[in-house]
Amino acid sequence: MPTTLPGDDARTTDWEGVRLHVVSGKGGTGKTTVASALALALATGGKKVLIVEVEGRQGLAQIFDVPPLPYAERRVAVAPGGGEVYALAIDPEEALVEFLEMFYNLRRAGTALRRMGAIDFATTVAPGVRDVLLTGKTKEAVRRKKDGKHVYDAVVMDAPPTGRIARFLNVNTEVAGLARTGPIRSQADSVMEVIASPLTTVHLVTLLEEMPVQETADGFRDLLAADLPVGGIVVNQVRAPMLNATAQAKARKGKLDADVLAADLAKVDVVTSSGWLSSAHGVVTTEEVVAGLMSEAADHSERVALEQRGRDTLQELERPTYELPFLAEGVDVGTLYDLAESLRAQGIA
Amino acid sequence: MNARDVVPRSKNLDIDALLDDRSIRVIVCCGSGGVGKTTIAAALGLRAADRGRDVVVLTIDPARRLAQALGLTELDNDPRPVAGVEGEGSLAAMMLDMKRTFDEFVESNSDPERAATILANPFYQSLSSSFAGTQEYMAMEKLGQLRGKAEADGTWDLIVVDTPPSRSALDFLDAPRRLGSFLDGRFIRLLAAPAKAGGKAYLRVLSAGFGMFTSVLSKIIGGQVLTDVQTFVGSVDTLFGGFRQRADDTFAMLQAADTAFVVIAAPERDALREASYFVERLEADAMPLAGLVLNRVQTTKVPDLDAATATAAAARLEAGKATSVTAALLRIHADRVATLARQKRLAERFTAAHRNVAVAAVPALPGDVADLAGLRQIGASMSVAPDK
Repeated sequence: MPTTLPGDDARTTDWEGVRLHVVSGKGGTGKTTVASALALALATGGKKVLIVEVEGRQGLAQIFDVPPLPYAERRVAVAPGGGEVYALAIDPEEALVEFLEMFYNLRRAGTALRRMGAIDFATTVAPGVRDVLLTGKTKEAVRRKKDGKHVYDAVVMDAPPTGRIARFLNVNTEVAGLARTGPIRSQADSVMEVIASPLTTVHLVTLLEEMPVQETADGFRDLLAADLPVGGIVVNQVRAPMLNATAQAKARKGKLDADVLAADLAKVDVVTSSGWLSSAHGVVTTEEVVAGLMSEAADHSERVALEQRGRDTLQELERPTYELPFLAEGVDVGTLYDLAESLRAQGIA
Repeated sequence: MNARDVVPRSKNLDIDALLDDRSIRVIVCCGSGGVGKTTIAAALGLRAADRGRDVVVLTIDPARRLAQALGLTELDNDPRPVAGVEGEGSLAAMMLDMKRTFDEFVESNSDPERAATILANPFYQSLSSSFAGTQEYMAMEKLGQLRGKAEADGTWDLIVVDTPPSRSALDFLDAPRRLGSFLDGRFIRLLAAPAKAGGKAYLRVLSAGFGMFTSVLSKIIGGQVLTDVQTFVGSVDTLFGGFRQRADDTFAMLQAADTAFVVIAAPERDALREASYFVERLEADAMPLAGLVLNRVQTTKVPDLDAATATAAAARLEAGKATSVTAALLRIHADRVATLARQKRLAERFTAAHRNVAVAAVPALPGDVADLAGLRQIGASMSVAPDK
């Protein structure tokens, strides 16, 4: 693996030319965590990256440990090598008011309409409108320029879950039943110019479990069917196999050598020479310790075998795959940097 | 230790007492997405059936293997008997088909001609297949239907409901009403039949704003959509007794004493935060909460060997040696104990804030549930009281 230094411009990534990374995944797979780590990874080495959330959950504020985000771009983290991550929580109603202002100079009317509940009505009665507004705001950030240069080197979207992602991004089809001309229509068209282009890619986050793996396969199929750009697979919470294949097979059958285990445990003083483990809670025998450790090893091996089956299924999808480790201690801002570094080392950013 | 010891100081949720309580007719399983709600709902249903109750489980989106375990090979929107119950009870299971439930609801509430008009309406089609809240509304609708049938012919004496997958558990309570008030709301009625909305004087006051409203709306969503909405509301207006009324009725049903809410969470930060919101909300709305089921709790067979000792011992065994199986086992154990410690911290934070909430726990299993035996194992582990 090549060494990666912040700011090393000679290195190439798997997604050269991509400026919008959409991150989706089944609920509970750590989509927001992965999107945040990816934003940090992309910012590493002096880049400026925007991460947007579109579901109104304030997940980014929680993960970056900052106060709830307004409808404005705020810096939430600095990356190694002078990079910066900005975050934006896109609110569809605010986006519609902004949109009305842009096209009709209707800001005051927009505010009045919102008070009447009309904005809510419009975004509810035509769910496609809501999605056009959310993707439209994201697209605007991707394209925004200042002094001839892009304001953001990359934009990451913490997107809706896998089950809805193709429909969410495919705004053209979504608004097909709506106005055939007019601002929403043209906004949808210009969103598609960015989203269905090499500027964009859609990564799916999964765990190595039955349902998320299945949804990942379904998600890629939906994206391909909609002619949307498919990206990589980020496998989250991977447990490193601690045993080699032979020991793993033995562990699953409970056939590890108990005598060797007992002798080893005594050698390193886990149990006393008289065969006891003692602690504040009481004492247990060497046999109990050995049996307990063996049963835990059996569970571990079972889990690793299950994960391998999931990995095999994912491999059939033939997409670039990145793995992030299971963190027994959980994720905080600190571990987010570790995850970012791991993603970068694997070439996604 | 067993899974329940992750929260030693909390009240015990006695699952068997809950399932044996014949005055309880509905158990609603709530929780955020990805916590194993459907599996727990199925395990509760099977255990209740094994204990002699006649149970129907309404699932929303089961994993393929769980669906197979329940004999749900096709999505046909009707309960199917599940073979393999022990004893006198019975178990039926079904998967919700939201669009079909909506269609049937329309068909059974109007004459064929009118139903056909509604079903063909583009706004109805979008409403019944892709609206936020429709799945929740239809889950409630189906629950109402099952309950009606249970009361009419006594087919079931317990309905276990899984709730739609959503980021927030609160959606199940809020979405139907939100959708109900939207469909029954002032704007939609104004659009449908301005004259009906409250007399001409009212209209005159509103007309300026309303004119701007419709003009901006048709710019945004197009005139056709507005017309579709108007036609739709026009044809359902007197038919449904009001969407909001219907949502309110189901909501009231969930407040009744014969309903029990079981909140499900994994011992993770986000899932427990959602569980907290939900518990507080149930209290605020006087909804009957049975307790919390903590799913996928890490357990250990060697609680007396802590992570630091195990890791240090593993390092000593590895020194000067290429591989050591014993060291690997110690590291597996250390990881497990560390996970357990984190889960315990998170779970105790929840129980400290919600001392009155009874808790049951299910240990993390190495694999997916693939058959009734697996569900039975989960049901049994839920019912274990804490160690003395």
